[in-house]
Amino acid sequence: MLYRESGDFSETYKADSQTFPIKFDRYRYYAVLAFAFLVIPFIINDYWANAVLVPFVIYAIAAIGLNILVGYCGQVSLGTGGFMAVGAYACYKLKTAFPDVSIMIHVVISGGITAAVVTVFGLPSLRIKGFYLAVATLAAQFFLVWLFNRVAWFYNYSSTGQITAPDRTVLGYLVTGPNTEAWSKYMICLVFLTISGIIARNLTRGSMGRRWSAIRDMDIAAEIIGVNPLTAKLSAFAVSGFFIGISGALFFAVYLGAVDVGESFGIQKSFLVLFMVIIGGLGSIFGSFAGAAMLVLLPVLLKNILVGVLGWDTALAAHLEFIIVGALIIVFLIAEPHGLAQLWRVAKEKLRLWPFPH
Amino acid sequence: MFDQAESFVTADGRTIGAVMMEMKNITLRFGGVVAIKDISFDVREGEIRAIIGPNGAGKSSMLNVISGFYHPQEGEVWYKGARRPEMKPFEVARQGIARTFQNIALFEGMSVLDNVMTGRLNHMKSGILSQAIWYGKAEREETENREVVERVIDFLEIQHIRKTPVSRLPYGLKKRVELARALAADPKILLLDEPMAGMNVEEKEDMSRFILDVNDEFGTTIVLIEHDMGVVMDLSDRVVVMDYGKKIGDGPPDDVRNNQAVIDAYLGVAHD
Amino acid sequence: MFPDQFLFGVEVVINGLMAGVLYALVALGFVLIFKASGIFNYAQGIMALFAALTLVGIMDGQVPFSHLINAIFGTDVHHFGWHVPAFAAILMAIAVMVGLAWMVQHFIFRHLVGQEPIILFMATIGLAYLMEGFGDLMWGSDIKKLDVGIPQGGSFWIEEATAFLGGSNFYGFFIDQLDIVAAIVAIVLVVLLVAFAQYTKQGRAMRAVADDHQAALSVGISLSFIWVLVWSLAGFVALVAGIMWGAKSGVQFSLSLIALKALPVLILGGFTSIPGAIVGGLIVGVGEKLFEFLIGAPFLGGATENWFAYMLALVFLVFRPQGLFGEKIIERV
Repeated sequence: MLYRESGDFSETYKADSQTFPIKFDRYRYYAVLAFAFLVIPFIINDYWANAVLVPFVIYAIAAIGLNILVGYCGQVSLGTGGFMAVGAYACYKLKTAFPDVSIMIHVVISGGITAAVVTVFGLPSLRIKGFYLAVATLAAQFFLVWLFNRVAWFYNYSSTGQITAPDRTVLGYLVTGPNTEAWSKYMICLVFLTISGIIARNLTRGSMGRRWSAIRDMDIAAEIIGVNPLTAKLSAFAVSGFFIGISGALFFAVYLGAVDVGESFGIQKSFLVLFMVIIGGLGSIFGSFAGAAMLVLLPVLLKNILVGVLGWDTALAAHLEFIIVGALIIVFLIAEPHGLAQLWRVAKEKLRLWPFPH
Repeated sequence: MFDQAESFVTADGRTIGAVMMEMKNITLRFGGVVAIKDISFDVREGEIRAIIGPNGAGKSSMLNVISGFYHPQEGEVWYKGARRPEMKPFEVARQGIARTFQNIALFEGMSVLDNVMTGRLNHMKSGILSQAIWYGKAEREETENREVVERVIDFLEIQHIRKTPVSRLPYGLKKRVELARALAADPKILLLDEPMAGMNVEEKEDMSRFILDVNDEFGTTIVLIEHDMGVVMDLSDRVVVMDYGKKIGDGPPDDVRNNQAVIDAYLGVAHD
Repeated sequence: MFPDQFLFGVEVVINGLMAGVLYALVALGFVLIFKASGIFNYAQGIMALFAALTLVGIMDGQVPFSHLINAIFGTDVHHFGWHVPAFAAILMAIAVMVGLAWMVQHFIFRHLVGQEPIILFMATIGLAYLMEGFGDLMWGSDIKKLDVGIPQGGSFWIEEATAFLGGSNFYGFFIDQLDIVAAIVAIVLVVLLVAFAQYTKQGRAMRAVADDHQAALSVGISLSFIWVLVWSLAGFVALVAGIMWGAKSGVQFSLSLIALKALPVLILGGFTSIPGAIVGGLIVGVGEKLFEFLIGAPFLGGATENWFAYMLALVFLVFRPQGLFGEKIIERV
């Protein structure tokens, strides 16, 4: 009764190809945006920001980036951790070299630098596919972590080898550094997430997205009908790298504040973002959000229930988390390879008919 | 008629133009196996050219050479009066050659509409920046191409399934969607690899009608591989017959039908 | 007689060969599963860790899931109090790995027949996480010592025998006896596995399954039986690898990271070649030690072993993706 499309026809092709053709969906989207921008900043506190919201927003950007590469274009990448590191270190070098330029600009440029680096590591995709390509990205992952560890120029020759984010403000409000307020951390990330989401949505629904999907589904046929596989694949790597770089820069500057590259950007990070994309749904922007939400909330929930309520120790909770995440991956791959996004779509379809079964 | 250089009008009022594409002494080898041995033939603008022959004769390989997917070790491909240098398949496609495949090569993750829209990719020029912004140039281009695609969808009578994921479609409809994708590219030459394979009589009639309509309305040159003799004789202006990689016949259907070598190799012994 | 640097270099090579043999042991497990099912089992390293943990747990008489049991029931049990001799424990560990193979086949891969390789690969990543958590939950995540009676420590015999090479300096090669045992074990395993794959009915069925799941089914090969067999074999190989590595450096999480090293080994050797796993392992083992010795340590700040193997694999992937011994992949339209 609530969720209907009858009478909700598109009269132009333009209307048909918009993001939310059903009115209800559109209004719900505006409502979520309004809540995110106008309500949350006023009720957020430090715990929620640090444990849930800020990591969710940042990982959602990374998941969108990885989803474009893996889900839309079908190129597997296990290098996300290393690529996020590129974004982080680029941001660090820029901030320390040009302290007067706004951090927003630095984050965007870091995204650009990461896009270039990822494109270079994407060159093997022209010769190799599937999980052979995954190995090439593994090379990137290990090499980059080693690079940021060993080459002192990247951490400005500091003796600890760590990089720390200096205080920066936007519009007068502190956004990085230990004294930043929760809502301001959240807001700056949210702004980047919203713009990233919109750009990603636009790219995937146009001819760019079609080229990527064609390569993913059948690259030989795609080439024969006129898609240049070189530019299609490399553009997927580049766009993906841009978003992942931004998320890496924000992860370092706003969220962690200080980073040790082996701990923060190791291969576990690559797997984490990949899991978000698989569980959330390959080839779906909404799926990137859903996957990020699930994999950020799950450990928090587990810890709160197991440690907080039942009094078990954190090691036990960590082990169970591994088991649950691993099992989830397997279950999703078997039962619903299109992830939470597909479950959501099916639920909406059922809702359209509710209370009728079919 | 087909010997003259100029264009001419056939008995049923269709205009056939000058020579558009020429295969000159094509030889294609895979390791020790010779798939195509020294084959030459031409294709004239606006004609329907069939390539026939027993299984394994090298017909699909010939189409792959035309598409640029295989590169012949010897011989040349001439297109519009000039020698075509060795190029990648996507560059060949941009020259105006579209095709369908023997074992359906649709994009299984997309709907019918999206699949046919991929046929327009060569005509979509907006860059990454305008697409990121979407409103304005990219949106206009999307809408314009959508209009073209909808016309193709109407033409092939697949409106009712335009939002269906192609993985759910029956075989016959998949073949029609593949044809739509090829047509959407506005090709000068359309290559059809066994377009009727696996179809029943009704479906074959529909597909034949579509092929004739495409040639008639848009003047598209068509090269098709087909096994059904009835279809070949009815549809085509000229036929090339291949056997074991060699050309054993070339001419209008009636000539080929009476060619002894062709009969021996392919059609079986004549009854009188 | 020979200059010290050169002798040291030779020693590096020999140690590299030994390390390579250990890599090869892990890589063998991968090849087996890949040959029979087209699956690249990312969880192979974790299987080695789990096998080793189980072995130690059985030998030491640990209570499985003690941590969890203590948390739920408030008890404080850790050990049964008995010790199981190495040989019996190994047999029991093998039984556990076979059981594991059956479960993996029954609950996971039975449902993924015919899926694309990348989906199968991601399933094994999920399996790796699952097993890591499960292994830790079952036996605890602290480092364990593994002693099944393999001789360890430098071989004095070799050290003495080669002492003369250094001339007046008495340079003797320091080669761990454990590594020698591992090398012998690996070679024996390879010979047995190659014989199995080539000459037995099951081996042939395995190769059919690796080629095409559906086709193998249609000629009456029981996919589930072959897969359980193969995963059990891989589990056995994992146990051997786990024992070797565990005896060397203790049973701990880093064992599973060896799995990642196996990838370059397989790329060099070819994913479908059993002897290729050995050759690939040796090349990677020697290559990374030599590179570090000659270029990494002096010029690049060291620790290049972290990435050298992958870069080498990358080069191979671009120029010869089937590796040295693998089958060439042809694409058709």
